[in-house]
Amino acid sequence: MRHSIRIAASVGAVGIATALALTGCSGSTPGSSPSAGGDGELTPVTLQLQWVAQAQFAGYYAARDLGYYQDEGLDVTINEAGTDTVPIDELAAGNADYAISWVPKVLGSIEQGTNVTDVAQIYERSGTTQISFKDKDITTAADLKGKKVGSWGYGNQWELFAGMQKAGIDTDKDISLVQQAFDMNGFLAGDIDAAQAMTYNEYAQVLESINPATGKLYTPDDLNVIDWNDEGTAMLQDAIWADADKLANDSAYADQTVKFIKASIKGWLYARDHPQETADLVVKDGSQLGASHQLWQTNEVNKLIWPSTSGIGMINQDEWDQTVDIAKNTKDNTGSTIITADPPSTAFSNEYVTKALDELKSEGEDVLGTDFTPLTVTLKEGGK
Amino acid sequence: MTARRIVLGVAGVILLAVAWELYKALAPADGLVIGGLTVLPRTSDAAMPHLWTMLGRALEPVSGAAGSPLLVVATLQAAAFSLGVAGVGLLVGVVVGVGLAMLMQRFRTAESALLPWIVLSQTVPLIAIAPLVKRWGATLHTESFRWEDWMSVAVIASYLAFFPVAIGALRGFEAPDAAHRDLFRSYGVGWWRSFVRLRLPASVPYLVPALRLAAANAVVGTVVAEVSIGLNGGIGRMIIVFGQSGSADPAKQWSPIAGAVLIGLVAAGVIVLLGTVLRRYRRAEVTA
Repeated sequence: MRHSIRIAASVGAVGIATALALTGCSGSTPGSSPSAGGDGELTPVTLQLQWVAQAQFAGYYAARDLGYYQDEGLDVTINEAGTDTVPIDELAAGNADYAISWVPKVLGSIEQGTNVTDVAQIYERSGTTQISFKDKDITTAADLKGKKVGSWGYGNQWELFAGMQKAGIDTDKDISLVQQAFDMNGFLAGDIDAAQAMTYNEYAQVLESINPATGKLYTPDDLNVIDWNDEGTAMLQDAIWADADKLANDSAYADQTVKFIKASIKGWLYARDHPQETADLVVKDGSQLGASHQLWQTNEVNKLIWPSTSGIGMINQDEWDQTVDIAKNTKDNTGSTIITADPPSTAFSNEYVTKALDELKSEGEDVLGTDFTPLTVTLKEGGK
Repeated sequence: MTARRIVLGVAGVILLAVAWELYKALAPADGLVIGGLTVLPRTSDAAMPHLWTMLGRALEPVSGAAGSPLLVVATLQAAAFSLGVAGVGLLVGVVVGVGLAMLMQRFRTAESALLPWIVLSQTVPLIAIAPLVKRWGATLHTESFRWEDWMSVAVIASYLAFFPVAIGALRGFEAPDAAHRDLFRSYGVGWWRSFVRLRLPASVPYLVPALRLAAANAVVGTVVAEVSIGLNGGIGRMIIVFGQSGSADPAKQWSPIAGAVLIGLVAAGVIVLLGTVLRRYRRAEVTA
């Protein structure tokens, strides 16, 4: 009798273990939704992002969800990134066909021998700013002297250091550098006088927080913003990177690159013309950011792209040169620069994006967005 | 006995809650900083929300988007997902750990060759191997099989889980008295039968505590690996995304943290259940 109880208990334990195993197995990844049932002609393509799903990557999600990639014969899987993912390494290892990354973060990898090419510079402007409360009276980079300056480090610090050095600040002695966390608590609590903030993320986080003095949300009037685009030390950010060797040796990959850029840009055109619908799409695709924050992010990202000087995705020589110049000549707090010599000519190419833009223009698409007018987004507490 | 343990358990939780609120009420809002060193952390609502704020937040929707589930529901779903991955990791870890222990018990050479590497394996930082596992996994695919990211997370969980099992099981397999081993030998019982009849039962007092450690390791490994490679669906991902809104909606990020605690409790509970099943063999428990 006691024996049978024991067997029953054992069966129960095994059952639980199996149930655990099955829950794991049935967990599907929302990132890889099936496409084109029955159509076997599609070429599988993997895109590696530089962070988790959010409106920063809205165009790619829109292109996938609305079938723009499919129209070009591509079946695109979007891989999200974690805290330790280096998109360019995934591209170089062959796990992704394309990767999204900031230019300065890739230049160092290129100098160390990774052979990749910036084939479309989706963001023309930099979204990085240094924000401070009005009472600190910090309106230009020069005003950072003697202040507690926040920085994320890990390759996010170069525009800040270039800006301060351009303004004649000795970044070793004249400031006290504070390591900044992902949240803005250090800034709100006064540990940091001027904090790094992306226009599409941390700046909004501050505006979603309650100002204890008024009991209401902080407003843009409470803040001063140093915009590195205005200070002349902006560096190129989100770009589409491709494998340089394959571009040179594999004509199918080169053709596919044009198609991929074309469809991605179509996604970004949609994001420009339908920001609310795009924000909703990204939420559906697994972003857990709040609804008003997501719309804010879509709108701010649009501002980084539109209006476009020479067509979305085109790499403008002057902006590229400025990025390379800062990467070569700016030393951060560790005393190192990103690169020591000019990158090879394969580091960027307008060949593929030009073809993609020509096709889009012949289809009647507006790739300049000259009349682009951003929305006015009202943020709610906590970004809800 | 059981009732007393439950009361003590609940009392422990209440004590922790009281300590949290007491500290928040008594310590200075800006914390205490002496000579640039933070001695006492801040107690502001952004740094330490009230427990009832966290509970209240858990009962609100995750975001203002239409159809957004309640935060507590989303957290439980994520916890179930992570628990499943941790369960797979633990299972793999136990199989590998016991297998290695058997090998080392059977062949002395194997013990000399493997044991140092097993110990060394645990000194490799998790954040270094997580992207590698993901990358290696991505190269494994056939027509019908595709390596999913959750499998990478399970592998990392098993990497942490196999260690205590291997060490505990080896000690357990070596545990029988010389007299018992000699008796088996004098009857001419082969290795396999004496393993099943003698060594395996004798290892239970070593295995149960080892499994307890392994289960905890698997849960930690799962959550950390989720953060590291950005796997969608689990607690780890929730922690990083909600952490981004840590200033504006501070109570939100405590929900996945509670979820992680819950997974740990369930995993520990499963091992307790297993220990109850194996009660007959646990005459003298030994901590691994």
